[in-house]
Amino acid sequence: MAGKPKLHYFNGRGRMECIRWLLAAAGVEFEEKFIEQPEDLDKLKSDGSLMFQQVPLVEIDGMKLVQTRAILNYVATKYNLYGKDMKERALIDMYSEGVADLGDMIMLLPLCPPDEKDAKIAQIKETTTNRYLPAFEKVLKSHGQDYLVGNKLSKADIHLVELLYYVEELDPSLLANFPLLKGLKTRVSNLPAVKKFLQPGSQRKPPMDEKNLEEAKRIFRIK
Amino acid sequence: MAAKPKLWYFCGRGRMESIRWLLAAAGVEFEEEFLETREQYEKLQKDGRLLFGQVPLVEIDGMELTQTRAILSYLATKYNLHGKDLKETVRINMYAEGTLDLMMMVAVAAFKPPEEKEESLALVVKKAKTQHFPVFEKILKDHGEDFLVGNKFSWADIQLLEAILMVEELDASVLSDFPLLKEFKTRISNIPTIKKFLQPGSQRKPPPDSHYVEIVRNVLQL
Repeated sequence: MAGKPKLHYFNGRGRMECIRWLLAAAGVEFEEKFIEQPEDLDKLKSDGSLMFQQVPLVEIDGMKLVQTRAILNYVATKYNLYGKDMKERALIDMYSEGVADLGDMIMLLPLCPPDEKDAKIAQIKETTTNRYLPAFEKVLKSHGQDYLVGNKLSKADIHLVELLYYVEELDPSLLANFPLLKGLKTRVSNLPAVKKFLQPGSQRKPPMDEKNLEEAKRIFRIK
Repeated sequence: MAAKPKLWYFCGRGRMESIRWLLAAAGVEFEEEFLETREQYEKLQKDGRLLFGQVPLVEIDGMELTQTRAILSYLATKYNLHGKDLKETVRINMYAEGTLDLMMMVAVAAFKPPEEKEESLALVVKKAKTQHFPVFEKILKDHGEDFLVGNKFSWADIQLLEAILMVEELDASVLSDFPLLKEFKTRISNIPTIKKFLQPGSQRKPPPDSHYVEIVRNVLQL
């Protein structure tokens, strides 16, 4: 019998959070082994578990998967969150990549030098409201359906809604002029599996604070 | 009859080169429109053809696809270069993501100030020698087959050859400790479609120079 997927990462969002969201939304129970010391990461490297010496690592179906996108695409395919054909998948990929681009900017913000931070935040807010949110609002408007692709929940919707929560954390007013995105956020948040994941006590991780940042820097040996 | 795919990008490698490699290796003829002016770029944006206002853009099968990985994944599947089942596909994706990361470091280095650029490129060579190439050498050694996944030519093989050649441009001796990768390089380079692409006069682009960097900065207003 297949065990639950096992996620190896530090106890924070980083590059693993979108994988946690996707598994949770698919209703898949998963285990987590937290990397707490640099030595834990060294051990994973030396025992050959990490193909490119990097985490995330997800043990699933007898495989040790690395590379965030490879993992996400595997999970999405396995749990039917990847569209019905190649063309739908291409759209889902395009939208997911856009989400990842903005998501990465927000994720890397804590690593920004303090004197550059305000400018960086302003830049992120500008690109959010001028480039990314309008693009997704337009997609929803163009077909008037409940989900981004093929009138069916896909990984694109899950990734986007996760991102909208981070945008809201940055500045709630950023979502003001995007009614369809607000609707998508509500709709997806009310799906039973997502609703459960959004509750306190789930495996969803909180925003990075000073302590969490120090821990990440220590584990990944970032100066 | 299907029209040829049309690629919109600068006349250089950047984020489009892996797409050119994949199409060429699959034996697919494609057209290119080169971005040379700010006006061309703004027109593409204004016409609503760039979902996030960015290139690469590939017009194919009635779609206007942007986002490099979305394009690569579509092409790999369309031309049967993406494995026979989900387990093969995920391995191909893992390998391709690794090599793409390495090649993106090279693409981005071209835009850094001279000192930082040297450092970045040295880091690429180091990563290739210590992280990426040993892994692929081991994969080839463990199964003893001609191709990385499923004993069949795939997107992962194309990406790896592209990455090998790119790193060799930075350090010609980079494969000296990897005999199986040397054989791999020769073997994949001799596949007729790839052999053709490697010849002068093909649509393969040269390494980025200062002229290319200037055009990109101009068009994107960086």
